[in-house]
Amino acid sequence: MRSPLMRGAAALAGLTLLVTGCSSNAAPSASSPASDEKITLTVATFNEFGYDDLFAEYTKLHPNITITPKKAATSNEARENYFSKLAAGSGLSDIEAIEVDWLPDVMQTSDKLMDLTGDDVKGRWLDWKAGAATTADGKLVGFGTDIGPEGVCYRSDLFKKAGLPTDRAEVAKLLGTTWADYFNVGKQFVAKSNGVAWFDSADAIMQGQINQLPNAFSSSDTEEVLIPMDQNQPVKDMYTSILKASVDDKLSAHLQQWQPDWTSAFQKGKFATMLCPGWMLGVIEGNAKGVEGWDIANTFPGGGGNWGGSYLTVPAQGAHQQAARDLAAWLTAPDQQIKAFKAKGTFPSQVEALNSPDLLGVTNKFFNNAPTGQILADRAKAVTVNPFKGPQYFAVRQVLSDAMNRVDVTKKQTAEVSWAQAVKEFGALS
Amino acid sequence: MSWRQRFSRWDVKTAPYLYIAPFFLLFALVGLFPLLYTGWVALNKWSLITGNQGFIGLANFQYVLAQPRFWDAVTNTFSIFLLSSVPQIFLALGIAAVLNANLRAKTFWRMGVLVPYVVAPVAVSLVFGQLFADESGVFNAVLTSVGLDPIGWHSDRFWSHIAIATMVNFRWTGYNTLIFLAAMQAIPRDVTEAAVVDGANRWQTFFNVTVPMLRPTIIFVVITSTIGGLQIFDEPRLFDNFSLGGPDREWMTVTMYLYELGWNSQRNLGRSAAVAWLLFVIIVVFALINYVITRRIADSDHRPNRKALVK
Repeated sequence: MRSPLMRGAAALAGLTLLVTGCSSNAAPSASSPASDEKITLTVATFNEFGYDDLFAEYTKLHPNITITPKKAATSNEARENYFSKLAAGSGLSDIEAIEVDWLPDVMQTSDKLMDLTGDDVKGRWLDWKAGAATTADGKLVGFGTDIGPEGVCYRSDLFKKAGLPTDRAEVAKLLGTTWADYFNVGKQFVAKSNGVAWFDSADAIMQGQINQLPNAFSSSDTEEVLIPMDQNQPVKDMYTSILKASVDDKLSAHLQQWQPDWTSAFQKGKFATMLCPGWMLGVIEGNAKGVEGWDIANTFPGGGGNWGGSYLTVPAQGAHQQAARDLAAWLTAPDQQIKAFKAKGTFPSQVEALNSPDLLGVTNKFFNNAPTGQILADRAKAVTVNPFKGPQYFAVRQVLSDAMNRVDVTKKQTAEVSWAQAVKEFGALS
Repeated sequence: MSWRQRFSRWDVKTAPYLYIAPFFLLFALVGLFPLLYTGWVALNKWSLITGNQGFIGLANFQYVLAQPRFWDAVTNTFSIFLLSSVPQIFLALGIAAVLNANLRAKTFWRMGVLVPYVVAPVAVSLVFGQLFADESGVFNAVLTSVGLDPIGWHSDRFWSHIAIATMVNFRWTGYNTLIFLAAMQAIPRDVTEAAVVDGANRWQTFFNVTVPMLRPTIIFVVITSTIGGLQIFDEPRLFDNFSLGGPDREWMTVTMYLYELGWNSQRNLGRSAAVAWLLFVIIVVFALINYVITRRIADSDHRPNRKALVK
């Protein structure tokens, strides 16, 4: 499986490292190192894992270990790097963070990763969290870090102006339980909001809904059997209803998440609600610095929902696998994940952490002192669906996302035309 | 002939080849081999993750050529290339001519044009991303403040190309200027002085003496910017945060398509390699066409003149 081309590339990469004098490890030792051997572990993450202080704490506990963190700016960048180097057989860090959406591919290459199963971590995570990273033959490829249980974030000041309730319990009741409820309240809101939209992006709503389907794009949940796009009625229905809300009912701010316009829209108050997984709280706080009125409601349309979340993997190509596993196990232990949550809002996936008073007592000043620990723990427990994502999930999701954005963001196509194009693009994937 | 003589003759004959051998060995290793190997990958069903799945002949090429996306990518690439390289070369020639004149603080100005080239492309893209943002960008703010409609930099195919070409020009004009300037300074003073004595004005001297004498340099710049322009990747990729070229791939270039096939949606290295080869062929053909055209342009009318000048 290792192609000569890749080996050549790897050799070149190695050469570059030598030339620039960045080689991280001294002589690689295959066997597990003696406890006092001086070693350097590299840990690759992306976005924010909240580990900066934890690294310092670990090196204090283990003076022989030096940790070199590597942080990629976006998860896309990290993903490309991960799979290229995993295939090449060298160049990865000792611990590599992965996102839940990459798992379908990661599972295919589980032989290139260390099996992390062990008694020390048995029962540590929510079942669906650990289950998603366990292969058919029982191999655990990643330690769960955080999850993304979703609530609804809202601007209470804008709600007030539009004559809607502002208290978070009342808002939760107001928003109801279905997506139709959520859109209906939106219609009431935009009727009086003076041009402020209800939600930020149609594709973000799609993200929320698609994660509630056990089998969004595949008809089987053991092996991927893609449902042809033109026959996928549930997805087509979501597509139609969301774009109707966006275009006809004018609920959307027509933004694409993560683009500069989206980021600056927080300052300008262009929308009033947002689906927000736990990790989004930090993002909102950063983008909306100085804006007052953000709050979070303990509800989510259409049942619970989880968006994202990550794992730590230990590539089998690493020189210090055992030491890396020890570090990864320590980082993903409940105590450490609670600290990471306090630092950066990454919500723990560990059962014990969800019931810890330490976590349940957490409030968020920016969100009007909302008890975010309690709310997100409730939201995590409301998640019932573990969506199946096969190797082609990412590609199909991209086709759908492009179709949404052609209508919602660039406004160059109607929903029907854009869907027809998506059906063609889906055909080109095989 | 003694052994010594024979060795010396052998030495004279072979030594030059030995001296240039390192380059060609290196080229074979990092240039020719990957090129041929990519050709081999293109003939196989080859996944990024699971590796080679067997020989499938020309199926990858058939697939790629049948994709509207591929042809979109080719159109986008040529559009961005023309919008960047053409104005860039004229601008560079003009600026070089000005810098070649007697200016105060010469070095300052000459270094100044190179500054954009030194700035990292990522930084350039970040800055231009703020300028070209559709709703919050500076350019659209200026347009709306004078009562014009804002431009959909990220939704309109043509304007997205203009925006990307601007980034490319910002970065490369100075670089080409310096190359032209160096070539201009190599033109002997007596030639231009002779033209002035014969009664030519500044414009005539520039077009009839300087430009023809820059012919080899112009060809060099045109060819390198053709190759660079058709391989354009950084600027369009960094034009938004998703790096795919927009929801309808409005600004996806051929290299980005190659990347998307190989590393992003399909993780299909075979198809990706097929695109790489098609791009290679396009570039070779186009560079040849450009070579012929530029030679003609720089050549015509001035042939006798040039022959008189070049010994």
